[in-house]
Amino acid sequence: MTLTLIGIHSVKMLRNICRYQRQFGQIIWPFYFPQEKRVRSLSTHLQKARNASATTVRRKFYENVSISQGEGGLFEINLDKRKLKTPGGKLFTVPNEALAIAVATEWDIQKDTLMFYTMHLTTLCNTALDNPTQRTKEQMISAALKFLETDTICFRVEEPPGLVELQRNEWDPVMNWIEQRYNVLIGSSSSIMGPQIPEETKNTFKQHLNSYNLWSLTGFEYVITQLKSLVLSFGLIDRHLSVEQAVVLSRLEEEYQIQRWGNVEWTHDYDMHELQARTAAGVMFVHLSTESTAVKRKILQD
Amino acid sequence: MLSVVMAAVTSPLRACRGILKEIRIAKGSGYRNTLVYKHVLEQFRRNQVTGAQFCRARMDALHAARTYLCLLTSTRLHLRLHERYHAHGGDRALEQVAGLVGLRLPTQPGGKGWET
Repeated sequence: MTLTLIGIHSVKMLRNICRYQRQFGQIIWPFYFPQEKRVRSLSTHLQKARNASATTVRRKFYENVSISQGEGGLFEINLDKRKLKTPGGKLFTVPNEALAIAVATEWDIQKDTLMFYTMHLTTLCNTALDNPTQRTKEQMISAALKFLETDTICFRVEEPPGLVELQRNEWDPVMNWIEQRYNVLIGSSSSIMGPQIPEETKNTFKQHLNSYNLWSLTGFEYVITQLKSLVLSFGLIDRHLSVEQAVVLSRLEEEYQIQRWGNVEWTHDYDMHELQARTAAGVMFVHLSTESTAVKRKILQD
Repeated sequence: MLSVVMAAVTSPLRACRGILKEIRIAKGSGYRNTLVYKHVLEQFRRNQVTGAQFCRARMDALHAARTYLCLLTSTRLHLRLHERYHAHGGDRALEQVAGLVGLRLPTQPGGKGWET
């Protein structure tokens, strides 16, 4: 008898709970899962989303984005009341305010669905914070130097003559600039093997790259991978070139073909805009990560 | 070709206006209340205080501004092209898909052979 009574009672309770949930589902839902778990599951999909291109999408689950300064002067991103976390579960922190504002803006301008593949600064910060492959500065520097051996600028064609001349006119000045600026020899080659890079050149660049911290190196490596050229990346980071210029130089052969045969929006422009966005994010990331308060103070004194 | 690229945004005013325009496009009517709007304006005002024309800090700031403008514009245009050409895989009509590359489906007045 008592069992049946309890049975009926719990069914009633269950029904009431469901009704309650349905009515107030909108309010209860965000607090149903623990705060960290909810945001983490979103961010875990961030990496997956990038690989799955646009098919994996998340609905925008926040209204306001703000930044706040936490322990050690590091800045955090707040989505409504929740703090942003990296895919690895760590608290998302950035060393300065400008980078924090830029990341917050990336989240702020999202519409109903979150397009993670457009949030390049967030992705870079996540990589720097989590360092999922556990790379050291030395590993990153040697990977970057290896790229010099297959640098885009160093590989010249022998025909068609239009492209040969274009490469000479556009790439030679950049080559001259970097050779002068860093007092190195790189050279170019039209053979399949590429140029022979002298050891002193590599050492000079190695020393220079060593002066960057881990965060900046993450950005630097990202730019090199995007532009497929160490020389162009140096030109860009040293502010000798603009992002648009560096991208044109990186895609010189494609630009040549476009001029000859015409532009196809859904591939040429699509690729160009994506490359520009990623490169711009990488450059910003490097510059903002190398910024220090000492430099800021000097600028204010000027 | 490179000279064409160089002729683009070079002055700080153009860069500033460009960034603010991007923010307005992204955020709509509330754009003046955003963090980024206030930050950008503050940065530009601060850099005008320096007297020297070719002060390095000013050139660095201009490069940073141009880079950020490039980031905002390229992200928006990339997303727009993505939405236009590479999204909505399943729910596009055949006529629309053909229209993307400028083709039209053929019509046959009497109906196609297998249509009843």
